[in-house]
Amino acid sequence: MKRKQLSAALLAATLLPATVFAGEVEVLHWWTSGGEAKSVAELKKMMTAKGDNWKDFAVAGGGGDNAMTALKTRVVSGNPPTAAQIKGPAIQEWGAEGVLANIDAVAKAEGWDKQLPPVVSQVMKYKGQYVAAPVNVHRVNWLWVNPDAFKKAGAKVPTTWPEFFEAADKLQKAGIQPIAHGGQPWQDATLFESVALGVGGPAYYKKAFVQLDQATLAGPTTLKVFETLQKVKTYIDKGAAGRDWNLATAMVINGKAGMQFMGDWAKGEFTAAGKKPGKDFLCVAAPGTAGSFTFNIDSLAMFKQKDAAAQKAQADLAETVMSKNFQEVFNLNKGSIPARLDTPMDKFDDCAKKSKADLTAASKSGGLVPSFAHKMAMPSATEGAMDDVISQFMNSSMSPKTATERLAKAGKVH
Amino acid sequence: MSSSQSQASLSALADRWLPKLVLSPTLLISLVFVYGFIAWTGWLSLTESRLLPQMDLAGLIQYQALFENDRWWTAVANLGIFGGLFIGCTLAVGLFLAVLLDQKIRSEGTLRTIYLYPMALSFIVTGTAWKWMLNPDMGLQKVINDWGFPDFTFDWLVDPDKAIYTVVIAGVWQSSGFVMALFLAGLRGIDDSIIKAAQVDGASLPVIYWRIIIPSLRPVFFSVLLILSHIAIKSFDLVMALTGGGPGTASDVPAIFMYQFAFTRGQLGLGAASAMMMLMTIVAVLVPLMYMETRSAKRG
Repeated sequence: MKRKQLSAALLAATLLPATVFAGEVEVLHWWTSGGEAKSVAELKKMMTAKGDNWKDFAVAGGGGDNAMTALKTRVVSGNPPTAAQIKGPAIQEWGAEGVLANIDAVAKAEGWDKQLPPVVSQVMKYKGQYVAAPVNVHRVNWLWVNPDAFKKAGAKVPTTWPEFFEAADKLQKAGIQPIAHGGQPWQDATLFESVALGVGGPAYYKKAFVQLDQATLAGPTTLKVFETLQKVKTYIDKGAAGRDWNLATAMVINGKAGMQFMGDWAKGEFTAAGKKPGKDFLCVAAPGTAGSFTFNIDSLAMFKQKDAAAQKAQADLAETVMSKNFQEVFNLNKGSIPARLDTPMDKFDDCAKKSKADLTAASKSGGLVPSFAHKMAMPSATEGAMDDVISQFMNSSMSPKTATERLAKAGKVH
Repeated sequence: MSSSQSQASLSALADRWLPKLVLSPTLLISLVFVYGFIAWTGWLSLTESRLLPQMDLAGLIQYQALFENDRWWTAVANLGIFGGLFIGCTLAVGLFLAVLLDQKIRSEGTLRTIYLYPMALSFIVTGTAWKWMLNPDMGLQKVINDWGFPDFTFDWLVDPDKAIYTVVIAGVWQSSGFVMALFLAGLRGIDDSIIKAAQVDGASLPVIYWRIIIPSLRPVFFSVLLILSHIAIKSFDLVMALTGGGPGTASDVPAIFMYQFAFTRGQLGLGAASAMMMLMTIVAVLVPLMYMETRSAKRG
């Protein structure tokens, strides 16, 4: 009798994990800071409500580099998580390794093709099939402005490059640092791509940084971009080297600096400091980029799962991520805007509403371009080589001509 | 009779096999996890591996790509500057401190602890602390400016041409206490009678140090050189915390290069090639040193 009970218990113990972990989703991400962590907690809540088990796999630090290393280890050992925060062309790279799951069934049933701008859905597909779900859209080509500083200097908020330099001169005369910048390679690249889009326009941008066309990269427009950047450089203080982006934002917040080129995550810093958009700070498109939109999209790429319950849970996850409800909550916390175009925007602030309107307009006019500084446009090897050239240009007396030649050479790396 | 015989043969067997048996697990672990992985990295450096390892040999293309990469040569040049100055200055400062402390002064224990303490910090902490101190907007420069010297500038940290020297400063500060402790131990190990004999012959203290004591510290020099050169070649955390390899890529070193290309840029093969080059550098330093040391040991 006793033995029977024991063996029953043993049997239960061996079977139990299989049943308990059947509908488990494990999501690898690096959303670990305040607002981001809140957003993830929301996703967890929604998944648990659907009866799936949530297993958090957060790897902090290094802008996701650490997380990617952890992911590689897991995939190589044949035990990938359900989904991982992978974005841009990296989705294609992982797809080429043959480890991503096809979630077309969910996408078809939910009509993702209608809800996403075509440029965005392209990024989520590998060989025409959905392998990832977008969670948000960040706009990168923003210029953050301190209106009080501008008033003090008697300057006008710029919309073109000549106006920009005029305003910068006035700020400098008034003793205000015109541009707050952090001299880290990715910030240099962020500044560069806003200048490139403003000077060259979306058609040039796409040809140079998406198609990596050699003639365009080595051409006169790139030279003009570097010449403009060289002029922009003179309005940046020497202490910028190595400064974190949020410290640069703080300079705009407290009026030490007038403007900052940064994506919409900077908004979080302003609102955390109790500032109101439109009153204490302004969000305007970077000079010359009003009709365009440089996007940086976070997405969850789905990995192939062996057992059926895990596949079911994965489908649940994909469905939840693309639900209006999740898109709204997640992006309210994170400062970005929903990837799903039909998400209601009434709870969002003015910057986000403007971002959404520009996204919709740019998507129709062809002004919607991927941000290469944020790993959306080109393979990581090419992007790295370009970042090297740009940050060397920003931190040396390299001439625009040499920089153009080197950038074209970097475009060949892949 | 026969039982004691078998016992004897058993103990002989144990004598012969026990040491090997005891050493084998560590040997095996080292073989697999050190030399095995070195071999694997070497193999990877000969493949076209991108995001994940691939196993088909592709010849020396990664080395070719590495030698054509400007950034690699910046990193190598920086390693030369940093390695040379770091080892040189740390040796000099460490030896100088050790000689000073060797003068039978009071409260030597306390002083030794003070000098040695930086070694207890990690390079990350050292790097972060010095990053603040050397930052022209809030560190040394600002303090001295506020004292009434508005023209004083010390902005090496944000100057692309000089950033690597700030890494030397922080590295020397971190390691010289440790080197001092090694030298001090060496100094204390020298036979007093030789020094007394020299004193009887009328040699001055500097001469005694220069002609007798420092030459007899040869084995200590060997260990210190060995330790410092591998710290220099593998240095990653200090540079990462202090300058982040910047401004731009101005203070890049091979270890950062390897990490970025292998793990963040999806160029595993190229990263492996750069790792192999670092290994070669260590071997190039190590082999002559070992050779010199074993030869002198034989002579002695």
